[in-house]
Amino acid sequence: MIRVDGVTAVYRERAALRDVSLQVDAGERVAIIGPNGAGKSTLLRVIAGLLHPTTGTVELGGDRVDRLDRMAVARRLSVVPQTPLLPFATTVEEVVALGRLPHEHPIRGMRPGDRAAVAAAIERVGVGHLLGRDARELSMGERQLVLLAMAVAQAAPVLVLDEPTVHLDLRHQVEVMDLVGDLNTRDGTTILAVLHDLGLAAHFFARLVLLDRGRVVADGAPAEVLAPERIREVFGVDPAFVRLGA
Amino acid sequence: MVAIGGLVLLAVALVAGIAAGSVSIAPGETLGILARRLLGLNVAPTWSVATETIVMDLRLPRVLTAMIVGGGLAVAGAAFQGLLRNPLADPYVLGTASGAAFGAAIAVLIPVRALILQFGLLHALAFIGALGSVLVVYRLSRIGSSAPMTSLLLTGYAVSSLLAAGLAMAMYLSGTGLRQIFAYLLGGFDSATWGRLAVAAPLILIASSVILLRARSLNGMLLGEDAAAHLGVDVRRERAILLTMASLATAAAVAISGLIGFVGLVAPHVVRLLVGPNARLVLPLAALLGASLMVGADLVARLLGEIPVGVVTAVVGAPFFLALLRRARTGYEL
Repeated sequence: MIRVDGVTAVYRERAALRDVSLQVDAGERVAIIGPNGAGKSTLLRVIAGLLHPTTGTVELGGDRVDRLDRMAVARRLSVVPQTPLLPFATTVEEVVALGRLPHEHPIRGMRPGDRAAVAAAIERVGVGHLLGRDARELSMGERQLVLLAMAVAQAAPVLVLDEPTVHLDLRHQVEVMDLVGDLNTRDGTTILAVLHDLGLAAHFFARLVLLDRGRVVADGAPAEVLAPERIREVFGVDPAFVRLGA
Repeated sequence: MVAIGGLVLLAVALVAGIAAGSVSIAPGETLGILARRLLGLNVAPTWSVATETIVMDLRLPRVLTAMIVGGGLAVAGAAFQGLLRNPLADPYVLGTASGAAFGAAIAVLIPVRALILQFGLLHALAFIGALGSVLVVYRLSRIGSSAPMTSLLLTGYAVSSLLAAGLAMAMYLSGTGLRQIFAYLLGGFDSATWGRLAVAAPLILIASSVILLRARSLNGMLLGEDAAAHLGVDVRRERAILLTMASLATAAAVAISGLIGFVGLVAPHVVRLLVGPNARLVLPLAALLGASLMVGADLVARLLGEIPVGVVTAVVGAPFFLALLRRARTGYEL
């Protein structure tokens, strides 16, 4: 589904990724972890085609991402944006409807199928009780769910999340991660998420990819990737601080 | 519903704008003349030749100019607000206004009188000044191959300040031309002619249509440029097209009407309060509302004895905008 091959990329005049290779198969659920500045977000930008690597290639569903136009990329991969500020009053359903942008008629807008997809996404993510409200008045947790509903409405086979739990309290963190897990197991959506919280990553993901200074230093099951000596080496903390879930 | 309301409003504004003035003409006669001359209907004239001349040669080009300018500014304003994700953006945000004003002032200072296309020198230089300043702002704000929006806004402000200084100097040197520069700065439609309309209208209409057809891209920008890209918008290309078209419409509008504030700022906001932020609705409805508002403002200006239209839009627009801000208090986060 996603194939990153020997990618080196420069972001903000810094070599952010060095010779990174990674393959994610359809239906997989993968978390990317690593300290600040390890290149996690840069990797997502490269995969989404927003940043062109200086060497190496990225393939999305069998095609090189730099040869697809933006609309084609958007139909293969949806990204949950980090809670942006909206410039104008925008209702919850209007935000979710933005997910249909790559599918709707370019001039006339949403067709009946698009409206059905929006309604289904609202139902699937469970934000029906928020309909009619201005998205700017919602709590961070509610906003995150609405943005997730937007990405679900986009109906792409791959869902990418960049720190989806960052401003959320514990209950909302678990709620979002449960939902993401469910989208993976029940709908078969391929999930690729950048996570800061190692506990959440280990609990909800069977495969972790650990980045450090632009390189993949470990890729595999949580117990293996989060070995105590590696935590000490990469994160520079006492491994006792990282308690891996039950 | 809202669209029908907008069309009715525009039609009423059209007839009222033609009927009222120093010589008032009955709405029935106005409709009759329009039906006869524009639609070719065989309406028996109940009016004098002089009345027909007033309608066809003075009032109609004036009202149509006000409509096109109002509609164009509203569309450009909505586009700039959406692109810059800034509710305070108006069509003049990237230095168009000060560029046009500076150009017009230079035209007054040049001792030669020239006619370029159907434009007087003043209109031509205002147009060039408006487009030129946007171009300079765009070039100066570029970092690498892209121009971040914040840098665009701040550069626009800096270039505007510089041009304002140039304008002040030109006004200081202008002597008897000062009144002419002032008249331009305050804006108005008393110099509207079919000829000028024929040059400016196609520019405004084409630019506005291109923007209207790109509503999808503007919608994508609601959540920011990265989110727009993830939703399938080719951000760099769409932004360049939208900025160019909005600037072109604004430049053509200020060239024939001077600097008329508030319509381009307020019309999109009023429409958003009614129908939400979807650009597919906001753009056409803002065009209708902007056109109607401008005709109305011109009408008021004429009835008050040819005061500048820019004064009317500011006096009506500013308190109205304040009221709007208070009503929508929940939410302008910048």
